Amino acid sequence: MNALFDILLTASFWAAAVRIASPLIFATMGELICERAGVLNLGIEGIMVIGAFSGWMAVYLGMGLWGGVFVAMLAGMLFGLLHATLTVPFGLSQHVVGLGITLLATSTSYFAYRLILPEVTSPPKIEPFQAVEVPYLVDIPLLGPALFAQTALTYAAFAVVALTVLILYRTPLGLAIRAAGESPNAVAAQGLSVTRLRMGAVIVGSGLMAVGGAFLTLSAFSSFFFEMVNGRGWICIALVVFGAWRPGKALLGALLFAGFDALQIRLQQTPIGQAVPYQVFLMAPYFLSILALILMSRRAQVPSALMVPFNKGER
Amino acid sequence: MHKMMYSTSRRSLLIGAGAALGAGLLPRIASAQTPIKVAGIYTVPVEQQWVSRIHVAAEAAKAAGQVDYTYTENTSNTDYPRVMREYAESGVQLIVGEIFGVEQEAREVAAEYPDVAFLMGSSFMPDEALPNLAVFDNYIQDASYLSGIIAGAMTKGNIGMVGGFPIPEVNRLMHAFMAGAKESNPEIKFQISFIGSWFDPPKAKETAFAMIENGADMLYAERFGVSDAAMEKGVLAIGNVIDTQADYPETVVASALWQFEPTFNAAVAAVQAGSFKAANYGTYSLMKEGGCSLAPLGTFEGKVPEAALALVAEKEAAIKSGAFTVEVNDEEPKSS
Repeated sequence: MNALFDILLTASFWAAAVRIASPLIFATMGELICERAGVLNLGIEGIMVIGAFSGWMAVYLGMGLWGGVFVAMLAGMLFGLLHATLTVPFGLSQHVVGLGITLLATSTSYFAYRLILPEVTSPPKIEPFQAVEVPYLVDIPLLGPALFAQTALTYAAFAVVALTVLILYRTPLGLAIRAAGESPNAVAAQGLSVTRLRMGAVIVGSGLMAVGGAFLTLSAFSSFFFEMVNGRGWICIALVVFGAWRPGKALLGALLFAGFDALQIRLQQTPIGQAVPYQVFLMAPYFLSILALILMSRRAQVPSALMVPFNKGER
Repeated sequence: MHKMMYSTSRRSLLIGAGAALGAGLLPRIASAQTPIKVAGIYTVPVEQQWVSRIHVAAEAAKAAGQVDYTYTENTSNTDYPRVMREYAESGVQLIVGEIFGVEQEAREVAAEYPDVAFLMGSSFMPDEALPNLAVFDNYIQDASYLSGIIAGAMTKGNIGMVGGFPIPEVNRLMHAFMAGAKESNPEIKFQISFIGSWFDPPKAKETAFAMIENGADMLYAERFGVSDAAMEKGVLAIGNVIDTQADYPETVVASALWQFEPTFNAAVAAVQAGSFKAANYGTYSLMKEGGCSLAPLGTFEGKVPEAALALVAEKEAAIKSGAFTVEVNDEEPKSS
């Protein structure tokens, strides 16, 4: 038990948790925006791959780090547009379209990779985002090094959460988006276009997912590898449910999941780690998240029109 | 960006077409026998460390006019038997690849094409009942052992090791590395973690960070991402299978290299001689066969203690002469 408290009291543990959480925060906010508008976006995993790939490739081709983030976002929005076109005006199955987008975006990344780099021995590296210390705030014990010695992209992740809260709950646009996911008929009765709102939400949400993917190649690491997104997109779908479709709670969920992950890495090196098989530790973040999901989702408010296509005039 | 991708792809296509034309005009290097048709089937891209060694060896043989080599990369395990069949049907004489995830099905396909030779990376031993399938793996424990001696001499006593999965080949090399490190310093503490994935550099990096925080000043870089953590935190690392020192000149002290050429050439010769049979080609990865070596110290020339280098030279000679054999241990290693 002492080992556990020792770990929890180190700033580096909390810094690792925030680092691991950052890509999840972007993608979770993206998914949350889609779902609040009534569209489940299962393209998330593939969109993260295309974000990781295109952002890295743009930087490799000399566009600069923020240029890479921008390109990743554009690529994500493009796949978001495809997803939105198929699911919103055409009203196709959101499950099938989403999984199709994941497969398409993943293979597109691999295809483009091989076209651009036909013969390489290992994927080229780029100079990733470096940690930036925020003056004064970084001196706060424990919290300072954890929160205020991160890369610019991590700060951006938190800014995106704040922005999502602000827009969803404090603007007429946010109200309209939420209404599109709860009662699209009411939105249509107000003279607003449900189609436009939903498509816009899916496109913007997909852009954020792609930035989450780009975090992996531009901040967490410096190169692109096939399969490096490694299921993080699916985790974000669970995090949206965990957060009961609320940005603040979803942020908490992402930090909690990342915290479990950072913890298990460290616990493996304690006396407990020698007694318990490593697979148990790797499983722990997922297992604990499922447990938390069960507890949290009992009071969750699912958007009532989630996954229900809207056809104007149809009852 | 998409425009740029298009132009790049068109340019590379043009270059590729030009190269193909040029190659066609060059006279073929005379070889005693007609080149045999070889196909590679890989479950990962040819950039992956392990597969890259096979690919490089095959490309070299192709350049030397010994083989006619084509390959398919990123083949999923579910597609693997189909791709094997396609190559076997197309008249390929030797198929090289990795069947760790499709051991059973791959053997069934091999049984259907007795005239095609299969040289496959596998966790199992060859089977007399299936004479056209030989197995191999990167059994480079000799080089890992030597790299361990250097690591042991360069650490204050705490080494972190990040692995993908504890499969026999990974375990074997880790144990050999640890045995080498203990030669230099019997008191060394080892931290060992597996990340449950072959391709998650951010996760490998996080795991390495945790080990550095826990006192490691030397890392065994079995996965991509580990050397990055070492570089960022200013500690040292030992490479595995490929030499990554060019990317981490101040970090990677030494690397245990795998050379696939002896394995590949032996199989090609056997096919040409018509004597290919079920055998364990893993032995061609041993140091005395030239299947593995210690990478040149490069930027760390002069920074490794003389005593350690003397021990490396002594052990290397003993391994090559057969006087010393590195212990083979395939058990999952544990932290100490």
